[in-house]
Amino acid sequence: MTVHEFKPDLAPPTSARGVVGWLKYNLFNGPVNSIFTLLLIYLVIPPLLSAFQWIFIDADFIGDSRDACTSDGACWVFISSRFEQLIYGFYPSEERWRVNIVFVSFALIIAGLIWPKTPQKTKLAIFSLVIYPIIVFYLLIGDSFGLAKVDTHQWGGLMLTLTLAVVGIVAALPFGILLALGRRSDMPIIRSFSTIYIEFWRAVPLITVLFMASVMLPLFVGSEVDFDKLMRALIGIIMFQSAYMAEVIRGGLQAIPKGQYEAGEALGLNYWQSTGLIILPQALKITIPSIVNTFIALFKDTSLVLIIGLFDLLAIGQSALADPAWLGFSTEMYVFVAFVFWVFCFGMSRYSVYLENKLHTGH
Amino acid sequence: MTNSAASETKPEVVIELKQMNKWYGDFHVLKELNLTVTKGEKIVVCGPSGSGKSTMIRCINRLEEHQAGQIIVSGTELTEDLKAINEVRSHVGMCFQHFNLFPHLTVLQNCCLAPIWVKKIPQAEAEKIAMKFLERVKIPEQADKYPGQLSGGQQQRVAIARSLCMNPEIMLFDEPTSALDPEMVREVLDVMVELAEEGMTMICVTHEMGFAKQVADRVIFMDRGEIIEENVPTEFFDNPQSDRTKLFLSQILNH
Repeated sequence: MTVHEFKPDLAPPTSARGVVGWLKYNLFNGPVNSIFTLLLIYLVIPPLLSAFQWIFIDADFIGDSRDACTSDGACWVFISSRFEQLIYGFYPSEERWRVNIVFVSFALIIAGLIWPKTPQKTKLAIFSLVIYPIIVFYLLIGDSFGLAKVDTHQWGGLMLTLTLAVVGIVAALPFGILLALGRRSDMPIIRSFSTIYIEFWRAVPLITVLFMASVMLPLFVGSEVDFDKLMRALIGIIMFQSAYMAEVIRGGLQAIPKGQYEAGEALGLNYWQSTGLIILPQALKITIPSIVNTFIALFKDTSLVLIIGLFDLLAIGQSALADPAWLGFSTEMYVFVAFVFWVFCFGMSRYSVYLENKLHTGH
Repeated sequence: MTNSAASETKPEVVIELKQMNKWYGDFHVLKELNLTVTKGEKIVVCGPSGSGKSTMIRCINRLEEHQAGQIIVSGTELTEDLKAINEVRSHVGMCFQHFNLFPHLTVLQNCCLAPIWVKKIPQAEAEKIAMKFLERVKIPEQADKYPGQLSGGQQQRVAIARSLCMNPEIMLFDEPTSALDPEMVREVLDVMVELAEEGMTMICVTHEMGFAKQVADRVIFMDRGEIIEENVPTEFFDNPQSDRTKLFLSQILNH
């Protein structure tokens, strides 16, 4: 009998390592690749350079009127002179500290929820979902605890955009989960209700929903019932987005193998236990990219509320363009608004990538 | 053989199928099945694919419904009644061909989930029980890994431990080694043999005839939804009564 000698493990070859190796392998790997690389550099670099020059080098940052903008570049003075309005809308300036408290506390809560080592995270999550919204509601609306009343029609700018987006996201997810479960239910009434709801709301454009909520609803319920305009927009957004969310989550539910349900049943777990402990954690995990995709779409869709007379970030920016003192600076305004939207959406996108990696439990 | 028909005390019947029938739509999958299993008995069920053997054991914990006849498990008859179903499931553990471990939970969490949520056992105690059974299936060191990081044989042993954590009186095995690489079959069968020696009541759908010879009190052969033959292993393998059984045995033993 011969004893088999296994070959020792060797280090991988070094040719593909280092910066030069990487460049050679990825960018100049053969003549066709090299030509494409050079062509792309030629096409991409000059516009990037001139954009950089316009935004930073030739730009004017300091001043308080358009006379400060003398160079060829961007006139950021326009943005800074309108900055408060872009953030707070028409919220009275002496009450803006209330919005600031909300901004700071919201940022802290988000940071606390994202940071992996926060102690008592479950309690923080429950607090931020149950108690915090009530505090924010009274803080922003006022009219109690000695705070002056600020009507929602005075809200605007970034604070309005964030209110619409955050409330929409936080409410659409649970409704979406319930609708998705309902559409897969064995009970015919629940199943058909969920299906009809989803198919109805998915089939109408959000603009129509908002328009109906703002114009038609008062006709139906009578003008003596004065629904808040922001509340109506929020309800419309939640109704609409939960239908989308439901379909995204249903896709995830369908991807869970039947064996997972059976294993739960065989162990004696009831429907809500196996749904909550086994099925949903897996279904939500595989749908994170689509869920975040829906969140991002929702965030940007909030700018549609301008058609019913709510002034979100984009609407405030656009109204500033009409100011005769600042004619001709629309590019700066749109670039700034786009940048703010981009920061939030990109943040959500990165967080979803982080979450996916963290929850990956395969090999 | 542990067939105790000769002894004075009657052995306790734990599973009873009486004239049990099941259809998938118009297709009659299980026909007039009668089966009595007493406490501590080990039954091996074999037969060609599509013969209804998996469907039969899946009826015993109501993963499938039967439409006619009776199934009585530990004195509880399986009906539409959810309480009866949960009662039966709390006595019956099941292992699947594809393990069906929960991939988002660690091995330990897989084992603790049902004791904590169904039996309301405190977490610390549930973990202690889980570790005891993970030691019995010889993988306590994998407790904090995820199922996806284990081999097939290890996953199936975790699945067995997960069932045992619920302290079942009866274990159902639905082709537990069919999805495994050949090198891993032995480790799973060893655990099952040990379990059998400890006196667990077992019904096992398997094609491992060596296992059947080693532990079974009775072997049942099914085809086209019927129980064709039922006998002690020595008789079943050496002296099959029906021609259908002979054909089946010649096909699986001589390849």
